[in-house]
Amino acid sequence: MAACTALNAMTIARAEEETAQEFASIVQSHRPQIFRFLLASTRDVDLAETLTQDCFLKAHRNWASFRGESSAMTWLMRIAINLQKDHWRNRRIQFWRQTRANAVDLDEASDWLPSCESSQEQRLLARERVEHVWRAVEGLSERQRTVFLLRYVEELELAEIAKTTGLSEGTIKAHLSRALARVRTELGGRR
Amino acid sequence: MTLNSKNRAEEPVDVEALDPTMQQALGDFKSCVRAWSDAAYNRPRAARKAAVRKSWQLAAGWSLAALLIAGTASGGFYEHHQRAMAAQIAAEHAAEKQRQAALERAQKEAREEEEMLASVDTAVSREVPAAMEPLAQLSEDAQSR
Repeated sequence: MAACTALNAMTIARAEEETAQEFASIVQSHRPQIFRFLLASTRDVDLAETLTQDCFLKAHRNWASFRGESSAMTWLMRIAINLQKDHWRNRRIQFWRQTRANAVDLDEASDWLPSCESSQEQRLLARERVEHVWRAVEGLSERQRTVFLLRYVEELELAEIAKTTGLSEGTIKAHLSRALARVRTELGGRR
Repeated sequence: MTLNSKNRAEEPVDVEALDPTMQQALGDFKSCVRAWSDAAYNRPRAARKAAVRKSWQLAAGWSLAALLIAGTASGGFYEHHQRAMAAQIAAEHAAEKQRQAALERAQKEAREEEEMLASVDTAVSREVPAAMEPLAQLSEDAQSR
């Protein structure tokens, strides 16, 4: 009987250890992507880090309830989107608590370009294009921005975006179409 | 079908189906976000330092606010005290002046009364003969005779 109890305890301990290792590997593989999405959404490095931490904390607390019906990435992205929504909602209500917004301006955000452009002129043109896209993204609604970033930065398929956001594929297409029209206007209006 | 809904329907959502300008812009945007994210993700973390700085800033802010409040309050109190002192001095000056004026007025009244009494005294002594004057005249007449 005692031997059986000890065996059970060992099995539980091993299962817990396996779960912890599994979660650690999930964190390691998906954390950069979650951070990137939150950074693009908020343009605030500190806020993106905080929300990423919150996202994985929440995921850790609910890890047992994750049944694997969707991919871990989809599940984590959904948590991240909800956290981001909560953050903006709280900030709108408690705007007086925030003395200043930490988001970098569009000019600064457009500085980040990989140095693969061949000439200085090409780099300048690329920078200008990126700034126009940032401007268009800033003018999008929260939902349009989320869908746009998931599609054109994270390169998720429409079906994955649908699972992540809970929207239908038709709605996602409409949001993307509007977002692209806005980008096109920005690019066209300043050429 | 409106113009907007027509445009929406015509806008393809796949990058490959977009025109080269849009493809280029979206590609550059993706590269920008990824480069920025990689740099921010791999930057050295300074959470503790930031927290210390923030608490230091908070403490400095509160101290400054307390100093400002204390300064304003003490300034106000000093100003009030100064004004009270000035008002008291002015009141004392006014009372002294009033007292001086009353004294001068009383002295003047006394002097005038004295002068009036003196003038009355003189006038009366000239017009009214002395009680013994007729007798004196009689004696003078008798002697001359």
